[in-house]
Amino acid sequence: MDILNNLIIGFQVALTWTHLFYALVGVLLGTLIGVLPGIGPVATIAMLLPITFNLSPVAALIMLAGIYYGAQYGGSTTAILVNIPGESSSVVTCLDGYQMARQGRAGPALAVAALGSFFAGCVATLIIAVAAPPLAEVALKFGPSEYFSLMVFGLVAATVLAHGSLIKAIGMVVLGLLLGIIGTDVNSGVLRFTFDIPELSDGVGFVIVAMGMFGTAEIIANLELKDKREIFTSKVSHLYPSMADFKRSWGPVMRGTALGSFLGILPGGGALLASFGAYTLEKKLSRYPEQFGKGAIEGVAAPESANNAGAQTSFIPMLTLGIPSNAVMALMIGALMIQGIAPGPQVMNEKPQLFWGLIASMWVGNLMLVVLNLPLIGMWVKLLTVPYRYLYPSILVFMAIGVFSLSNNPFDVLVMAFFGVFGYICVKLECEPAPLILGFILGPLMEENLRRAMLLSRGDPFVFFQKPISLGFMIASAILLVLVALPAIRKKREEAFVEEAK
Amino acid sequence: MKIKSPKEFWSGAMFVGVGMFFLIWAATHYQMGTAVRMGPAYFPVVLGGLLAVLGVAVLLEGLALEGPAVPQFHFRPLILISAGCVAYGYLMKPLGLVGATAALVFISAYGGHEFKWKEVTILYIVLMAFSWLVFVKGLTLPFPVWPAAFE
Repeated sequence: MDILNNLIIGFQVALTWTHLFYALVGVLLGTLIGVLPGIGPVATIAMLLPITFNLSPVAALIMLAGIYYGAQYGGSTTAILVNIPGESSSVVTCLDGYQMARQGRAGPALAVAALGSFFAGCVATLIIAVAAPPLAEVALKFGPSEYFSLMVFGLVAATVLAHGSLIKAIGMVVLGLLLGIIGTDVNSGVLRFTFDIPELSDGVGFVIVAMGMFGTAEIIANLELKDKREIFTSKVSHLYPSMADFKRSWGPVMRGTALGSFLGILPGGGALLASFGAYTLEKKLSRYPEQFGKGAIEGVAAPESANNAGAQTSFIPMLTLGIPSNAVMALMIGALMIQGIAPGPQVMNEKPQLFWGLIASMWVGNLMLVVLNLPLIGMWVKLLTVPYRYLYPSILVFMAIGVFSLSNNPFDVLVMAFFGVFGYICVKLECEPAPLILGFILGPLMEENLRRAMLLSRGDPFVFFQKPISLGFMIASAILLVLVALPAIRKKREEAFVEEAK
Repeated sequence: MKIKSPKEFWSGAMFVGVGMFFLIWAATHYQMGTAVRMGPAYFPVVLGGLLAVLGVAVLLEGLALEGPAVPQFHFRPLILISAGCVAYGYLMKPLGLVGATAALVFISAYGGHEFKWKEVTILYIVLMAFSWLVFVKGLTLPFPVWPAAFE
């Protein structure tokens, strides 16, 4: 059994003390920022990237991955107890989770969320282990034209699944691609759009862009709102769900896991879409749809399993193809590059320890989350009483240190502030920052592959439609765009996001 | 002409502006090359043009369809948070971690809703101690701790 052998390699790596330690740090940090509203995994991972420079690649990835799926656990805690989604992916958990808490059933809600997430985490880990190697095998045969088409497909899918206006999302992708071009052109050595600023010759660091757009912009936007946070301080008694709860939950957990795993693999997918999709599905299938929004346990079980599954399977395209499916994965690719590892299908063969160690650590991390989080819930809730006016200067200090330490250059901090202002304008204009980040990280790769493909085909642009794999991606992109542009589906999509935003 | 949906209109205007800027700058400063051998200007010119076209579409949508107004900008947090970060970066070398952190904490805290000297001072001391312990001692990042004049 290949998979078994591989998993054994993985667990040998994941179960060393150092890696257990970093997995623990990751999941604890993830839970922490998941609990705290106003700071998400993107800003946190961006903040910690410079620090991972001192770690081994395996330790760095294990920790950063832990933050992402840990945040999904943490987000559910605050959603249920305080009706505040600590993380955007737990928005729907608020609907029924908080109602359950008000009925004195906070314990079962938290337990079902945690156990559902754990189940989803185990399944998703297995899916990655089974699905990744064949995908990487296929990806190894990719030439420049296939890669280019794949990236087009990824970006199209990312915009289709983004909130709000489709054209604006595509615009943000293109804007990101353009910003990614800034710096030295690898082919000609020409400095492009650097305006004689020496710091720009290596391009704008994407950590800096991510921190500005997701960190400072978010803080500025949060400061507009008055600090109003009331804690629902009921004692969390009898944690364990009744038999009836179990009976009602296992179906939604299974379906949530399946849907979440699938949506996570799609480019642009991940935890957010997964949780929302799972909630809608359960509401449609349920025998008691009238209970949804009034404390139905299915409304907690399904989205919480789905977001954890989605968070994990979104690693598949990143690990096998080197293509990020969301902003967090873009940062993971950044982490690999900092370590001098070129992301792509070769990683699995060349660095089996890294690849399988990361996968095994996800399972270990999920176990830690279940074991640690249920007893620690009281502590996490206490943290919520910390007012935002203490929190945001602290977040700013960590971001500033992180950015400054990249190259000990004040210019980097200036650029972060610039993107903070730009991100704030984008918030006001309802332009999504996530597609921009994806475009930004793919910009140089796309240009490089486009150039190579065109050189190989002697300038024939139809090369993208002649090779079968490349053609497949192009057709898939076109279908996606046409589907979304169709009035009926367009309306559905808008409704979906409106409901989610509530 | 009346702007019916300001959010769309200004997003479109932004896209057109940025797209045209990249297009014109690339076309006038770098070599285009051919489709076979693309010069440094090729990709930005194509993308800049695409962004401008998308921008026009969004802009026209803003003129044609009713939509919500752009929410008000709150300049106090916007300016003070950004200024705090910039101050941190540029004060690090002359004033060290002690001075830079002070600038960031006090300026950004002033951008919030409440500002109490005592609270912010305590917060500053805690953050300063934490930064020093974790980043300077723990991770050995090469930050100057004290102002350059004292070293």
